[in-house]
Amino acid sequence: MLSTEDDILRAAEGWRREGRAVALATVIETWGSAPRPVGSHLLIDADGRFLGSVSGGCVEGEVITEALDVIGDGRARTLEFGVADETAWRAGLSCGGRIRVLVERID
Amino acid sequence: MRLDILAALNAERAARRPVLLVTDPEGGEQRLVRGAEIDADPLADRLRERLARGASGLVAGPDGRPVFVAVHVPPLRLVAVGAVHITQALAPMAAGLGLDLTVIDPRTAFATPERFPNVRLVAEWPDAALETLGLDAYTALLALTHDPKIDDPALIAALRAECLYVGALGSRKTHEHRVERLRAAGFDAAAIARIHAPIGLPIGARSPAEIALAILAQVVATLRQDRNAARTEG
Repeated sequence: MLSTEDDILRAAEGWRREGRAVALATVIETWGSAPRPVGSHLLIDADGRFLGSVSGGCVEGEVITEALDVIGDGRARTLEFGVADETAWRAGLSCGGRIRVLVERID
Repeated sequence: MRLDILAALNAERAARRPVLLVTDPEGGEQRLVRGAEIDADPLADRLRERLARGASGLVAGPDGRPVFVAVHVPPLRLVAVGAVHITQALAPMAAGLGLDLTVIDPRTAFATPERFPNVRLVAEWPDAALETLGLDAYTALLALTHDPKIDDPALIAALRAECLYVGALGSRKTHEHRVERLRAAGFDAAAIARIHAPIGLPIGARSPAEIALAILAQVVATLRQDRNAARTEG
């Protein structure tokens, strides 16, 4: 299989069918040495439980926070993350790459 | 994403059929394009090219704005012909890699659940077993019995099905004899050259576990590097 994304999409369907409010984050574009390839998924429910990854753990926290908003208003949005800046509060990627992540609610 | 689209996507993947999900990152509109529906799609050329490379990514939509294409090719399936010691070592490694393994061996003394706990075992001749299994371009076939009566029919079926990876255990001398038999069976040099033999990356493997590692590393290299090469050329 070599692609755990399969399990995440199956889990997304399962979580939704259980009646949980769910958002799916997908890496749609990468530049430089991004930690996870395009197509990688992070699945989030309304309680902040999550499965999968869109980075090496650097930006998941912020994606989860945004996902809770997406679950709330149902509006899909794209997020962009670049190199970590230690003086900024924003999450960043320590690897020096950049990624763009689409977050959408599963209705 | 609508739950019905997600369910249809998962159903296609479960049936081992290629499928693409096209998403507008701005508006969030989505459509599912099954492998058989690509020709009728407005983005047919770009979807075909993406599918061939197995590469998800942004492509220019009909109005020039980018749309995201998620490419889902069937997960790689591993078929080992020969329930031998190397296969016993290989089974847990394949599970760790998320590879879907089937072991075929008509010799019932070899193909036992005791030797292969939690592995799909088929104690039949490869001809019959592979017919039922249905080889495809998303399958890696390993011929590991050292016995031409068992290995050859499996290799022939794998070459005909254009399996992603075909490998055969045995020395160079053994392979020379195999090449002669396959040539006599009507395969040309290009087809025969698709067989990795001796099987596995040359890492000096000696124990069954080391040989299993060399084999799986070569399968992963075929899956990942060939696509990367296609990406560079494309």
